[in-house]
Amino acid sequence: MTGTVGLLRTPLYEVHRREGGRIVEFAGWEMPVEYSGIRQEHQAVRNGVGLFDLSHMGEIELTGPGATGFVNHLVTNDVGRLEPGQCLYTCMCGPDGGILDDMLVCRFPNQPDGGCRYWLVVNASNRLKVVEWMETHLPADVRMKDLSLSTALLAVQGPQAQAFLQPGTEADLEALGYYHLLETVVAGIPAVVSRTGYTGEDGFELYVAWEQAEELWVALRGREGNVPVGLGARDTLRLEAGYSLYGHEINELTTPLDAGLGWVVRWSKEDFIGKAALARQKERGVHKAVVGLEMLGRGIPRQGYPVEGPDGPVGVVTSGTFSPSLSKGIALASVDIASRAEGTELSVMVRGRPEPARVVRPPFVRGSVRRG
Amino acid sequence: MIPQDLKYTDEHEWIRLNGEICEVGITHFAQEQLGDIVYVELPSVGSKLTRGQTFGVVESVKTVSDLYAPLTGEVVEVNPELLSEADEFKPELVNDDPFGQGWMVRLHLADPSELESLLDAAAYKKITEEAG
Repeated sequence: MTGTVGLLRTPLYEVHRREGGRIVEFAGWEMPVEYSGIRQEHQAVRNGVGLFDLSHMGEIELTGPGATGFVNHLVTNDVGRLEPGQCLYTCMCGPDGGILDDMLVCRFPNQPDGGCRYWLVVNASNRLKVVEWMETHLPADVRMKDLSLSTALLAVQGPQAQAFLQPGTEADLEALGYYHLLETVVAGIPAVVSRTGYTGEDGFELYVAWEQAEELWVALRGREGNVPVGLGARDTLRLEAGYSLYGHEINELTTPLDAGLGWVVRWSKEDFIGKAALARQKERGVHKAVVGLEMLGRGIPRQGYPVEGPDGPVGVVTSGTFSPSLSKGIALASVDIASRAEGTELSVMVRGRPEPARVVRPPFVRGSVRRG
Repeated sequence: MIPQDLKYTDEHEWIRLNGEICEVGITHFAQEQLGDIVYVELPSVGSKLTRGQTFGVVESVKTVSDLYAPLTGEVVEVNPELLSEADEFKPELVNDDPFGQGWMVRLHLADPSELESLLDAAAYKKITEEAG
């Protein structure tokens, strides 16, 4: 499973090489950044179907009578509201409200013994930190298991994803709602399938056993009308959709309130780690906001570029790229709240030169994702 | 994909010699590594470049890379289709035809002795094999 010293490989590493994927290091893994080219892969997901290997992501399983209370104590959103078979986006914060990671909490359909079973799907870069953090808080009535290196994750994303995936899938995908999951069989392989994604398009994420990932990938790639998509297009897709990425919009020094993720903080639920600090911040007032920026010229904003208003610095670009859908530069930026209003004209300093930009409300591109 | 008649640098630039004028661009290997090129920034005509100095930038969807002057000299021409202020801005020419229509600048050479520091096709091929 390892190649270059210390780097991990997904079960599809050799497949990516065969498919012409350009491999780069990402969060301790050797991952494909692109195959045919970011623009082409990006458009395939916007218009048809793209297939992603996301097996680097972490899956942490929690079971036992105390599982619901334990997870709810660690995350900001309310896991208590989850129905069996539902997923939830949330942050996990430290006592100071800083974000340790953002993640999906997936509640499985009820177990035969009536107990709850959860998966936390976490960023590869934060997996060990999160596991360690959870271990230090683990009560006796919860069982935790890091399944990350035995669970592969494939994503099928795009407006045609359902039509593409339905043949050979035992469950009726039409009945699977947004942010819901079920256990079924896809192309003869047992899989956990959720209607989730990170592209702004409709789509599914498929969790399968490590050793069956290649068989599933090959079966799906063998079908008409799909292309493999690397991490490069994954980033342009998520940015057009306006989604936060850990290490960019969020990190341990930002709180959900700083990052425009106040909607994942449930004040009304029981106490959780970071709640007091977040409540204090809310009381004092939040001074920053994450906004979308659309470039008015041809300059391309990049992470770390300063953002200026007429009276000087107002913030910094947290993620920036050339948008393949809009053919112009777009960014998410952390700015003073005084500059957050839609339509505000700001400058992004590109190599010391001010390039005009306008504040817009993400998403930059409205895809086929099923909301609600 | 390494033309025999050009000279190269280990920064993956190519140089086409034509008397005292040399044309400069980035290699097929470089454009392949960068991926889809969406922005190019070049010096203005009349700029004086010193060998090794940053003279421009090439951006792909994902990354920003500096361009380094392969030789000392004065910029006498820049590729008009790569100027971002041009109506017909075509940065993709660098991907599609890196050794031809994707050329970047033409320099009037200041010091012909610098030519000896450039790599020939065989030496450059070795660098790409080690990097790839």
